Amino acid sequence: MYRQSRWNEPLIFEISREGAVGHVLPALEKEISSELKEALNEIPKEMRRKMLNLPEVSELEVVRHFTRLSQMNYGISLGAYPLGSCTMKYNPVVNEKIASLENVQNVHPLQHQRTTQGNLELLYKLEKTLCEITGMHKFSFIPAAGAQGELLGCLMMKAYHKEHGEKRRKVIVPDSAHGTNPASAQMAGFELDVVKSDETGCVDIKELSKIATEETAGLMLTNPNTLGIFERNIEEIVQIIHDVGGLLYYDGANLNAIMGKVRPGDMGFDIAHLNVHKTFSTPHGGGGPGAGPVGVKKELQEFLPAPTVEYDSATNSYYLNYDRPKAVGKIKMFYGNFSVYVKTYAYILMMGVEGLRLAAEASVLGSNYLLNKLRELKGVAVPFNSRQPRKHEFVLSLSKLAKDTGVRALDVAKRFLDYGVHAPITYFPLIIDEAFMVEPTESETRRELDNVAKIMSEIIDEAYKKPEKALGAPYNTSVGRINEVKASHPKTLCLSWRMHKRGSRGA
Amino acid sequence: MKNKVFPHPFIANSTIADWKSMLCELKIKGIQDLYSDIPTKFLLKRKLNLASPLSELETFKHVSRILSRDTSCRDMSVFVGAGAWLHYIPAAVSEIVSRSEFLTSYTQYQPEASQGMLMALFEYQSLMAELLEMDVVNASMYDWATALGEAGRMCGRLTGRSEVVIPKFTSPDRRATLQTYIDPIGMRIVDVAQSREDGQIVFENLIEKVSSDTAAVYLENPSYLGFLETEVDAIAEVSHDAGALFVVGVDPTSLGIIRPPGDYGADIVVGEGQPFGNPVNFGGPLLGILACKKDIKMIRAMPGRIIGMTTTVDEMQRAFAMSLQTREQHIRRGEATSNICTNNALCALASAVYLSLLGKSGIHELSEHILAKTKYAIKKFSSTDGVEVPLFKAPHFKEFTIRFKRRHADDVLRELLEHKICGGKSLVPEFPELGESVLTCITELHSKQQIDNYTDTLDQLLR
Repeated sequence: MYRQSRWNEPLIFEISREGAVGHVLPALEKEISSELKEALNEIPKEMRRKMLNLPEVSELEVVRHFTRLSQMNYGISLGAYPLGSCTMKYNPVVNEKIASLENVQNVHPLQHQRTTQGNLELLYKLEKTLCEITGMHKFSFIPAAGAQGELLGCLMMKAYHKEHGEKRRKVIVPDSAHGTNPASAQMAGFELDVVKSDETGCVDIKELSKIATEETAGLMLTNPNTLGIFERNIEEIVQIIHDVGGLLYYDGANLNAIMGKVRPGDMGFDIAHLNVHKTFSTPHGGGGPGAGPVGVKKELQEFLPAPTVEYDSATNSYYLNYDRPKAVGKIKMFYGNFSVYVKTYAYILMMGVEGLRLAAEASVLGSNYLLNKLRELKGVAVPFNSRQPRKHEFVLSLSKLAKDTGVRALDVAKRFLDYGVHAPITYFPLIIDEAFMVEPTESETRRELDNVAKIMSEIIDEAYKKPEKALGAPYNTSVGRINEVKASHPKTLCLSWRMHKRGSRGA
Repeated sequence: MKNKVFPHPFIANSTIADWKSMLCELKIKGIQDLYSDIPTKFLLKRKLNLASPLSELETFKHVSRILSRDTSCRDMSVFVGAGAWLHYIPAAVSEIVSRSEFLTSYTQYQPEASQGMLMALFEYQSLMAELLEMDVVNASMYDWATALGEAGRMCGRLTGRSEVVIPKFTSPDRRATLQTYIDPIGMRIVDVAQSREDGQIVFENLIEKVSSDTAAVYLENPSYLGFLETEVDAIAEVSHDAGALFVVGVDPTSLGIIRPPGDYGADIVVGEGQPFGNPVNFGGPLLGILACKKDIKMIRAMPGRIIGMTTTVDEMQRAFAMSLQTREQHIRRGEATSNICTNNALCALASAVYLSLLGKSGIHELSEHILAKTKYAIKKFSSTDGVEVPLFKAPHFKEFTIRFKRRHADDVLRELLEHKICGGKSLVPEFPELGESVLTCITELHSKQQIDNYTDTLDQLLR
């Protein structure tokens, strides 16, 4: 049976001991230390810091503390992580080694471009590669994550319409869309139109035709969508939006299913972001950093933000191009999450053309194989065209189980953790009651998929016999079921050591 | 040599035997059956025009060869900061952040299985809160510029007002990012003058610019150009009197000696956390800091993830979980405070380890070292003929301005490069009124010898 480490670890502040030192700086040369007093004196007394409440801990204690914390954290390298929508695939170890090379970590973004030719060449080559994979014409590497890519995409929609003398107010998103889509459109200043899914789980074409008007700036779409279903009417969808002069935005979160098989550009999308931390295996880092490069078709390229990475064949050199008069405004410092792109590039090299396609196919095969096992279980339903093949992920509804036993999707998820497998996403997409969203990725073997199916089956059996077990889960994790309401309640809200120490809980 | 594709080492689910049995169980002939719903016209009829797979060894060599065209900061003296800074990273930081339990996990949707990262992020928030003298720090933004952009929107939401007043010598890149973020909601930037003499905000001008439309007054301290603003209490007062919020931007390496913004009335603090344990990485990833005071209205208006301390349901154990998620896009969708989802958590972890290691005395020492080295460098440069340094009569930290009296800044920088010195960032495009000037940066990493070499070389070049 799986047991996660339980260290009962205090906070770093609680192991502070007066006078302990965790790191020493090299001694200052005497010509420099003799300047300190004068420099300090120049700063008016009232602008000097009076006290600093940071902990005092030795190096070993720090290393031990954080190593213990790592043991209380579940990652892909420990076991299956079928978290739908997040594409938790294997993160090749060698990529960490490559990304820690001196010429990745210790090149400053503002060095003269003559001294950064290698980095620019890598980005340029990666851009060509991403263009080929997606069928887009040109990319910006600047967005730090998928959501920022979406914001950029929306800003470019705006710029495009403005260029055509139009001010379009609305962006359409499906009711099954990721939460970031409506949030990004709203950040860019658009109003939202939500288009419903039809009985097959796809965009309702009739309703879309009604919603799409000359006010529509564009449609944001994931394909395959968040139900893991390919929007088979994509050609008509594109037609409807283009006919009213709108643009098609591709949310690349689910590209993993179709890499090397179908290209967003060929389907008619005008703008696309990729989540390289999903599709291209860069580690999720406990929440980030990832990267969300955005590609566009030719007619939108002038709106990509500055700088872009270019090649000058006359001098055989690469350069950053800031001369982009129609570019949308700056969205971030510098040129993007470079070290993440180094991992992306290395991954694509190692996968090669055949490997990328194989990854897509293996993820889809594994997902359908697992779905086939889970759909037979009691209390489980597969909403929307249940016999239609899914792509890399699928969504179950556990509403019957919940009705029969009182054990909800949330409880099943918690019980999953007891088996040493991360739980799927729950309660998303919102259009499914008691949603349970599973994405095994190509990284899980048949044996592991069988294991996940067996776990699910045991949990459901148990739910019908002893529902209280799942309701109290998990038991084998480093802490038991957490009171999440308390974490957000104004009376108990505690967001820092400072708030805790003052005892006056609540804000 | 062509490598074998099937099975692939990264695709565990790719042995022929597994595939056969799975296809058989699904009662389908081939994988194409699972793609049968895709309109044929969109299915690629060709292979992508990319190379075949390389082995790990080949890839390592291939990427290393491309990167070898760079000159890194180890092969020359780099005196440039301006948004990403070179600092020493203790070995223990790199060791902890490369642990795959942290590295290969994601957002803590299942907190019971993710206590390690949650607690580390809570510690990041707590350590940064102490340093800034603020109460609440979110679990990270992408960088300082985007943190400022989000802060601008936050102030708009909180005050219902439309203007952000910012000093003239604010970082142009951060200013531009703020502009991009606030423009869609009808907010705008209003400039306030800073004295060309000592960089201090021109007070009469501030009073003139601040009005009942002012959502926020923003101040970078130390400024982008390295000088310190000292009339901070008065600026806070003017802001608050007008009903505006006071937003301060910081490089937190200064806060070992300089008064923290929470102590002089800042309502929101933004900044760049990269210097604490994260490499410059050619500009990314960085670590955006965003903090506010303990005020439930403000906290609810914050963007991004925030980790809270709670207990288990049985109240037997302390535990950590994401707090106030109803602000966020995955719950609130189009009404969320921001669209941010994936953030820079691992960079925040690095900062937490860094701050834990350096601790109280280390951070104080770090600030002192940078301050002393900056002072030493300014003095050395001042003795060089043909330069004015710094351009502002004020205490400087980490960054300072050098104006070349008789030469073009770009020419001098290019010639310095021949001597393996990256001498700074030209300010000519950003602030032409400062003449042929550069922004130069000194951190604890720069030795006396490196500084002397820079000034000696400059001396020769300008002679």
